[in-house]
Amino acid sequence: METKNIMIVGVGGQGTLLTSRILGGIMLKGGYDVKLSEVHGMAQRGGSVVTFVRYGEKVYEPIVEEGTADVLIAFERLEALRYAHFLKKDGVLIVNDQRIDPMPVVTGEAKYPENILENLSKEIKVYSIDAMGEALKLKNSKVFNIIVLGLAAKHMDFTKEEWLKVIEETVPPKTIDINKEAFIKGFEF
Amino acid sequence: MLGNAAIARGAYEAGVKVSAAYPGTPSTEISENLVNYKEIYSEWSPNEKVACEVAIGASMAGARSMCSMKHVGLNVASDPLYTVSYIGVNGGMVLVVADDPGLYSSQNEQDTRMIAKAAMVPVVEPSDSQEAKDFIKYAFELSEKYDTPIIMRTTTRLGHSQGLVTLEDRVEPTDKPYERNAAKNVMMPAMAKKRHVYVEKRLKEMAKDGETMPINKVEINDTKLGFITSGIAYQYVKEVCPEASVLKLGLLNPLPMGLIEDFAKKVDKLIVFEELEPVIETAVRAAGIECVGKEAFTVQGEYSANMLRAYLKKETEIKAPASVPNRPPILCPGCPHRSVYTALKNLKLHAAGDIGCYTLGAVSPLNVVDTAVCMGSSISTLHGMEKAKGKEFIKDWVAVIGDSTFLHTGVNSLMNMVYNKATGTVLILDNSTTGMTGHQDHAATGKTLMGEPTYAIDIYNLCKAMGIDDVREVSSFDQAALTKNIKEALQKDEVSVILCKAPCALLKGMKFPNVCKPLPEKCKKCGACLKPGCPALTKNEDGTISIDINMCNGCGLCKQMCKFDAIECVER
Repeated sequence: METKNIMIVGVGGQGTLLTSRILGGIMLKGGYDVKLSEVHGMAQRGGSVVTFVRYGEKVYEPIVEEGTADVLIAFERLEALRYAHFLKKDGVLIVNDQRIDPMPVVTGEAKYPENILENLSKEIKVYSIDAMGEALKLKNSKVFNIIVLGLAAKHMDFTKEEWLKVIEETVPPKTIDINKEAFIKGFEF
Repeated sequence: MLGNAAIARGAYEAGVKVSAAYPGTPSTEISENLVNYKEIYSEWSPNEKVACEVAIGASMAGARSMCSMKHVGLNVASDPLYTVSYIGVNGGMVLVVADDPGLYSSQNEQDTRMIAKAAMVPVVEPSDSQEAKDFIKYAFELSEKYDTPIIMRTTTRLGHSQGLVTLEDRVEPTDKPYERNAAKNVMMPAMAKKRHVYVEKRLKEMAKDGETMPINKVEINDTKLGFITSGIAYQYVKEVCPEASVLKLGLLNPLPMGLIEDFAKKVDKLIVFEELEPVIETAVRAAGIECVGKEAFTVQGEYSANMLRAYLKKETEIKAPASVPNRPPILCPGCPHRSVYTALKNLKLHAAGDIGCYTLGAVSPLNVVDTAVCMGSSISTLHGMEKAKGKEFIKDWVAVIGDSTFLHTGVNSLMNMVYNKATGTVLILDNSTTGMTGHQDHAATGKTLMGEPTYAIDIYNLCKAMGIDDVREVSSFDQAALTKNIKEALQKDEVSVILCKAPCALLKGMKFPNVCKPLPEKCKKCGACLKPGCPALTKNEDGTISIDINMCNGCGLCKQMCKFDAIECVER
């Protein structure tokens, strides 16, 4: 098979690392060669962060390049727009419909773009979810990222049970139940 | 396995007994993973020079030892490095040095291979997680065989990428006996002269032997196009040109020139594809071999497959990126640094800055930090300013430095101020951790890397013991106390230290029982609360503000900024 490319983008501190580890875990279970690439350090402090996951028979480079992503998972609208050009022609965008103002917007130096999702929908396949709203229904705002992952999982080649097993093996033991619940929420959205 | 985790695993399998390091992106996770292997003693040292010397001592005693650091950490450790190159090893010794092309979290983009060349220390470089594990094991063999420390060079992309790794068992090495050998271990001129001769001979031998070392790999395919490459750049070559011939170098210093010359003869067109400095390319050209190099590929930033595709004019479907506002990193909600900087900004002060999360005080909306050079530099640059322009000039200046950075090298600079009769105010931003690299313990936290409780160096009394009379302690979140103490300290004609204390908001176990709540009916829409730039606050269209309850840690800074009591701090 051809190597599949997945990207997770968001704002530092939103939990991209945990999400990518679950993704890496499930690819391994599928018997694929997997490479992941993450961002640590300063950018994790509220900056724009991106994680790459690639899987296939033999994976060389660990990063996903412009115009090659099959699935782009965005935890925030502006970040979806920033990285949309990484998607290939028939790639899909899974986006958490949330707005977090970057500092230049807060200070008035720049404007937060309007109608991001509407405009992106004209060119690419967009699936959006108010994951923060859904997470608050579960009384745990932290699991919004797993809800988004659940929605994205529908566009990958693994069963619900396989995903739940990997979540069980990856997240901290005390949070297994809430994370599974969150995943199902996204998966059945 | 993360590249850095694979390095730790390789060290374990190689039978390493002692490891020392100072945290630094992208090398930090090596030590954090070493903790999983109880057979290895591992520590956070106060700085990289100390870490390197700990490893040297362990090697001299006869054990396999290592130290790890980021590229700029090697500058701090370069004093022992240049001389341990002469001394060589008893037990094998490896320095893992992580470069940061693209400056993901660094103050410069230096290439460790250049320093290694100057220090005459051999370098190996892996290209994925599996090799990271295999190469460090091999590096220990080389170290003992050639009586030399070895540098294993990695990059951010290597250390922070995950790939599959096959695990093997640990080799329990028998410690070598310690025997006094002053001619080798005491570097006085007479001894060093002889060792220098050995070092030159060693490099020649290794360059020759490098031609058959398994870490250098020749892949002869289509010979129209040939690449010489190493590290992560190899992966980009394979991604774009699986059909081309490749010489993948694992030994980067000394370069196996025989192998390079032989490979060059076999291919029609030769491309040298290496990130950062033209180290391989320069050697190739010096040998009279024609190649494509830095005239086509940049010395700046990270490489990519698309960069190579563009050079080879291969088709890609790249759309232009959308034009969007940047999202630079910022201080977290509830960060004590923001509060201290707000006080400095209100007093219209300049800050000589340092390396850590608090370097972010240099950018909007705080714009308080004027300078940042390297670890520990804030105190000494302020001192230099005073000596250049007089004590009146620095009456509206302070130096700011984190607790971990202060213990790293700042402490020397403070000693210098006292010794050389300086005046000036130093703010130690003590958040009880090494914050930016992800919360590592240090000499003043009371816990070791291996999780044991230990004596916590008392920074307040350390400053007192240096002879500084005016040492103060304030809560980083108390604007009134910060303002009062900073003003008082600046009036004095002596060295003042203000210890600004409050734990990092991201520290494990932190609880935030309170949350800030706007009271729109009292709000005068003046925007004062927004000035510190807390990401939890947003301005509504009518000029009042909203506070995101999921982000707010209830630090109360915005409440203190409001003159109209239009923000309250309540139980969550």
